[in-house]
Amino acid sequence: LSKQQPTQFINPETPGYVGFANLPNQVHRKSVKKGFEFTLMVVGESGLGKSTLINSLFLTDLYPERIIPGAAEKIERTVQIEASTVEIEERGVKLRLTVVDTPGYGDAINCRDCFKTIISYIDEQFERYLHDESGLNRRHIVDNRVHCCFYFISPFGHGLKPLDVAFMKAIHNKVNIVPVIAKADTLTLKERERLKKRILDEIEEHNIKIYHLPDAESDEDEDFKEQTRLLKASIPFSVVGSNQLIEAKGKKVRGRLYPWGVVEVENPEHNDFLKLRTMLITHMQDLQEVTQDLHYENFRSERLKRGGRLKVENEDMNKDQILLEKEAELRRMQEMIARMQAQMQMQMQGGDSDSGTLGHHV
Amino acid sequence: MSELVPEPRPKPAVPMKPVSINSNLLGYIGIDTIIEQMRKKTMKTGFDFNIMVVGQSGLGKSTLVNTLFKSQVSRKASSWNREEKIPKTVEIKAIGHVIEEGGVKMKLTVIDTPGFGDQINNENCWEPIEKYINEQYEKFLKEEVNIARKKRIPDTRVHCCLYFISPTGHSLRPLDLEFMKHLSKVVNIIPVIAKADTMTLEEKSEFKQRVRKELEVNGIEFYPQKEFDEDLEDKTENDKIRQESMPFAVVGSDREYQVNGKRVLGRKTPWGIIEVENLNHCEFALLRDFVIRTHLQDLKEVTHNIHYETYRAKRLNDNGGLPPVSVDTEESHDSNP
Repeated sequence: LSKQQPTQFINPETPGYVGFANLPNQVHRKSVKKGFEFTLMVVGESGLGKSTLINSLFLTDLYPERIIPGAAEKIERTVQIEASTVEIEERGVKLRLTVVDTPGYGDAINCRDCFKTIISYIDEQFERYLHDESGLNRRHIVDNRVHCCFYFISPFGHGLKPLDVAFMKAIHNKVNIVPVIAKADTLTLKERERLKKRILDEIEEHNIKIYHLPDAESDEDEDFKEQTRLLKASIPFSVVGSNQLIEAKGKKVRGRLYPWGVVEVENPEHNDFLKLRTMLITHMQDLQEVTQDLHYENFRSERLKRGGRLKVENEDMNKDQILLEKEAELRRMQEMIARMQAQMQMQMQGGDSDSGTLGHHV
Repeated sequence: MSELVPEPRPKPAVPMKPVSINSNLLGYIGIDTIIEQMRKKTMKTGFDFNIMVVGQSGLGKSTLVNTLFKSQVSRKASSWNREEKIPKTVEIKAIGHVIEEGGVKMKLTVIDTPGFGDQINNENCWEPIEKYINEQYEKFLKEEVNIARKKRIPDTRVHCCLYFISPTGHSLRPLDLEFMKHLSKVVNIIPVIAKADTMTLEEKSEFKQRVRKELEVNGIEFYPQKEFDEDLEDKTENDKIRQESMPFAVVGSDREYQVNGKRVLGRKTPWGIIEVENLNHCEFALLRDFVIRTHLQDLKEVTHNIHYETYRAKRLNDNGGLPPVSVDTEESHDSNP
């Protein structure tokens, strides 16, 4: 994390000291008090180790009573959205983390409609935020927008699959995509490098916009700059997840025990788990900002251009009101049509008034 | 006549009970030399074996076949020099090789099915495969009913279909079920868990149990099929394979590494070397022994006596019990929609 020490104006007695250098500390304290909200979406076909990875990242069990359906049941199932929220506190800093799971993605024989549900969900959160933002009471806006999407790529293929490409292109303008190669212990180091390169080539070839880590600022220290360089060079991260403690080299590590050796989750020579975690933690703020400044703004301008009422689904109280308003709108439209018809009649009879340009679109 | 089936094995429905004469021979006749004669004949004529591999791209199908037959018999999709694009529809690619071992020649044909299961919409992607298999039966049938037929009908029928299951650790995928449901009726399917080095021993055992259960619940008869067990000996042997070993969790490799002073086929990772032929690491050796060393002939026989006969009976029935007439024109009267 950046370590910026305002060395010059610590002493309030120094002439010229105004005191606003203390501002970052105030912001920091307020943030700590308020806590952070972060929504992480996880997408990938079944069995890529998504749940295990999430549990490993946050050292918790987000899925205590999980039942994995069999293939026959999966045939009938459509993509679901399941959000689980945990409150994690570390050294006084509270994080309200929401993990949005998408079970069913990529399972069906025909995955054509796979991502509709997911895109609707992302849009809904934007819509809700827009509605709240435009509302009267803005004190406690809850930010449920998806700040980051981990997209899990199968390590078994030779690169991206058609579904991967189609999905990422459908959401890259709505959410920050972080591609992740799952179950990285399937691959030798060489295979991993090849796969990473292949994926990056294909991402470029298809003009997919993934999340780009910002370069380190010039006034950051060398360590941080180096860390950022390393992180950027390792994308997409190839990870292994596990919360099982295994005995290796005399100590207990989180890993996976095979007959031929132990894969250590937190060993950077074995996989990029630590890098992924570092990236997520140090860039949580940036991910939120990009979501706010880029994706949300895109959505907002599109939405407002489109017009129409800002409605929020599942707001039962407003249902009646919506109904009334729709009826009013209908009446207005009918009146408008009647007026247009009348005008047209007059034109045909009169033939001198200019063609009525009533309204833009009906 | 098809190659080297000395006497068609009696089908389970009509068992032949040999009448047993008092076998106190007064001297040595030499009947037992027939085994040696058969062996010599086989060696001279060699034999055909056609193996099909089906599964999503990247599951190691080509590597596994190369490892099975210890030679480069399958196109390797992972030669990264070429730009391997996933084909838009399922293609059928058959490559033939002649390999020889101990004086025995085998004409091995590997039938690859690139594009299977790789699209966004995989509906009916098994159809080209089923079509290919039936086409081979048709070819054989046409030769058989020919008036002037060849002494040795070339056998292009698929004797064995290795179906590669992705090692998710969860369960089968809907596509796996659909494929095996449709195709287990026309060909011998051997389900195989690909890239098994993804799973720990515990995960492997759980996954195998789960898959076995799913296959059973959905009525999928993979090879060796229960109904074709001929005697108690077969049944016990096959039961053990069906209920404990299958589906085989395999790892393939064509690279050798030095382990404990020996050169072994394996995969080298930062945390250890996975030895392909080490039974503690994966079940490749079991699959190899099963397909090649013990059940090769049986695979061919079941294909000929059961699957082919089923096809033949259906064709003749469709044609009113008469053999398909024209032998010159290829597809003119393919009455099977």
